[in-house]
Amino acid sequence: MGLGIGELAIGAAIVVVAIAAIYFIAIYNNLVRQRNEARNAWAQIDVQLRRRHDLIPNLVESVKGYATHEKSTLDAVVQARNAALSAKGPAASGEAEGLLGAALGKLFALAEAYPDLKANQNFLALQEELASTENKIGFARQYYNDAATRYNNAREVFPANLIAGSFEPAELFEITVAAQREAPQVKLS
Amino acid sequence: MLEQIESNRRRSALIVVVMGVLLVAVGLSLGMFLTNDQGGAILGGAAALGVWMVMWLFARFQGDNALLQMAGAREIAKGDHPQLFNIVEEMTIAAGLSHMPRVFIVDDPAPNAFAVGRDPTKAAVAVTIGLLQILDRDELQGVVAHEIAHIKNRDVALMTTAGIMLGAIVLLADIGTRAMWFGGGARRSRDDNSQGGGQAILALVAIVLLVLSPILAQLVYFALSRRREYLADASGAAFTRWPEGLASALQKLGSSRISQADQSRVTAPMYIVRPLAPGQHRNFTAALSTHPPLEERIRILRAMGKTADFAAYDRAYQQVAGGHVIGRRTLAQSKPVEAHAPEPVAAAEAIPAQPTARLREASDAYLAGAGYVRVRCPSCEALLKIPPARQGRLNHCPRCGGQLPSTSRAAG
Repeated sequence: MGLGIGELAIGAAIVVVAIAAIYFIAIYNNLVRQRNEARNAWAQIDVQLRRRHDLIPNLVESVKGYATHEKSTLDAVVQARNAALSAKGPAASGEAEGLLGAALGKLFALAEAYPDLKANQNFLALQEELASTENKIGFARQYYNDAATRYNNAREVFPANLIAGSFEPAELFEITVAAQREAPQVKLS
Repeated sequence: MLEQIESNRRRSALIVVVMGVLLVAVGLSLGMFLTNDQGGAILGGAAALGVWMVMWLFARFQGDNALLQMAGAREIAKGDHPQLFNIVEEMTIAAGLSHMPRVFIVDDPAPNAFAVGRDPTKAAVAVTIGLLQILDRDELQGVVAHEIAHIKNRDVALMTTAGIMLGAIVLLADIGTRAMWFGGGARRSRDDNSQGGGQAILALVAIVLLVLSPILAQLVYFALSRRREYLADASGAAFTRWPEGLASALQKLGSSRISQADQSRVTAPMYIVRPLAPGQHRNFTAALSTHPPLEERIRILRAMGKTADFAAYDRAYQQVAGGHVIGRRTLAQSKPVEAHAPEPVAAAEAIPAQPTARLREASDAYLAGAGYVRVRCPSCEALLKIPPARQGRLNHCPRCGGQLPSTSRAAG
C-alpha cells in the first residue's frame, strides 16, 4: 500500500511546523540567555557603584575634621552621592556618577592644600579604595556594554526581531564627564 | 569563546573515559600476567577501575589544591599584596566571571604564572615572586587577564583533570614496571607450559600498555595545548583593552634566563610560558612543545595595532601565522574595540618602580601567605619575620637580645 498525496502533505506540514517550533524555541531561549547575561553584568556594575557610595560618608567624615572651611565642596559631594543613589537605570546612573566623579575630583584637589589631611592614614586608605573601585567600575562598564550590545544585536537581527517584542532593549552605560562642560570657577578675592 | 568552552568540556570527558579504558586494560593484562588465570585478570581490572574512580574523584574535588601544592603556591589575602589582589579582581570583573579566583604566590625567582580549578566558581591564579619582581602594573594585568581567560574558557578545568590523571598514570606505570620484574620471575618458576603462548601475548600487551600509557598521556597534552594559549592571549587583550601590556610581559618572561624549581612534567603545561630547566635557554621558536613559540605570540599581539577585539586578534594571527584561530561564532559576535592604555592609578595602587622594592613586596606577601608573623623589636627596631614553627616560642630578639612582645599568630 502507498501513501496518498494528502497524507504526504499532512506529514510534510507536521515536519515543517515542528522545525519552526524548535527554531522559535531556540531563538527565544537565546534571547533570554543574552538578556540575563546583560542583567548580570549590570548587577556587577551595581555592586561597584554601591561600594563607591558606601565609601563616601567615611571620606567626608575624615575630611571634615581637617578642612573646616570647605563646607560647600563637601556638601556638593554629599549631594552628588545622594543623587547617584536615587538614580535608576544605566542612562540616569551614568550622568549622576559623572557628577559624583567630578565632585570627588574637586575634593581630592582641595586635599592637596591640607598637609595634615594628606598624611592621614584613614584618608589615604579611603583614597586608595576609591581609586581601585573606580578602576573596577571601568571594567564592569566595559563588560556590561559588551553584553548589552550583544543582546541588542541578537534581538534586532532577523528572524529574532519578529518575536523580540517582549524583550526590552538594553541601555548602554556611559559615565558622562560633566566636569568638562562646567564653566571654570573663578575666585576673586 | 563558546567553541573553546564546549571543546574543553568534551575533551575533559574524553580524557576521563580514555584514561579509564587504558587503566582497566592495563589492570586486566597485569592481573592475567601475574596470576595466570581469569579470576586474577578480573581482579586486576576491578582494582584498576577502583584506582580510576579514586583518581577521578580526587581530580574533581582536590585537583586544584594538589596542583597548587605541587607548585609550592601559598594563598594570600588582600592585605598581603593589594595591587595583585586588585588586578585579579579587576580582570574577574572584565571577564564577567561570577566568582573571584583565589590568589596565590609561588616562591620562585623564575617569572611565571598559572591558573587551576575545575570550574570558574572554584578557581585559583598563582604567580611567582619573580613575575611580580620584573613586571609593571600594565604587564601584570595582561598576564592575569591571560590566566583569567584560561579559567573562563575552561582550559584550567581540562588541565586540572588531565594533570591529575596524567600524574597518576605516570606513577602507576612506574609501579607496574617494577611489579613486572618481580612478577616475571615468579611466573617462570611455576609455569608448566600449557598456556605459554597466550601468556607471552598478554605479557607483550602489558609491556606495550605500560610503555605507551605515559606517551599517550603526553600526546593528549600536546593535542590540547597550543591553541588555548592563542585564545587566552586574545581574551587577555580583549579584557585589558591593551594588547601591548601582555606582549611586553611575554617579552620579559621570554628574556628571563632564570631556571624554575618546579620541573614537574605534570604542571609544566599549566604555566603561561614553559618552565626553564637549569642551564637551558629559552628557545623562542621551539616547534614541538606544550606552548606555541613565544616570539609568534608577541608578534601577533603587536600586530593588533590600535584594536583589542577578537576579530582584530584573528586578523593579526592570519597576518603572522596564517589561518584562523578564533571560532566562527565568537568572530560573528565580536565588535570593533579600540585599544587604550590603562589609566594611571593612585600611588598606593601602583606597583613600585624599583625592582628591589617589588621583590620585597612580593616576598613579604608570600611569607604572609606562608604564615609568617612580622614583629618589630621594641628595643633595636629590627623587623623580624617569624616562621610558624617559632611563633610563640621566640621571646628574645636574636639581634639585641631584648624582650619581644608575644610572637604568636594572633599578635601579628
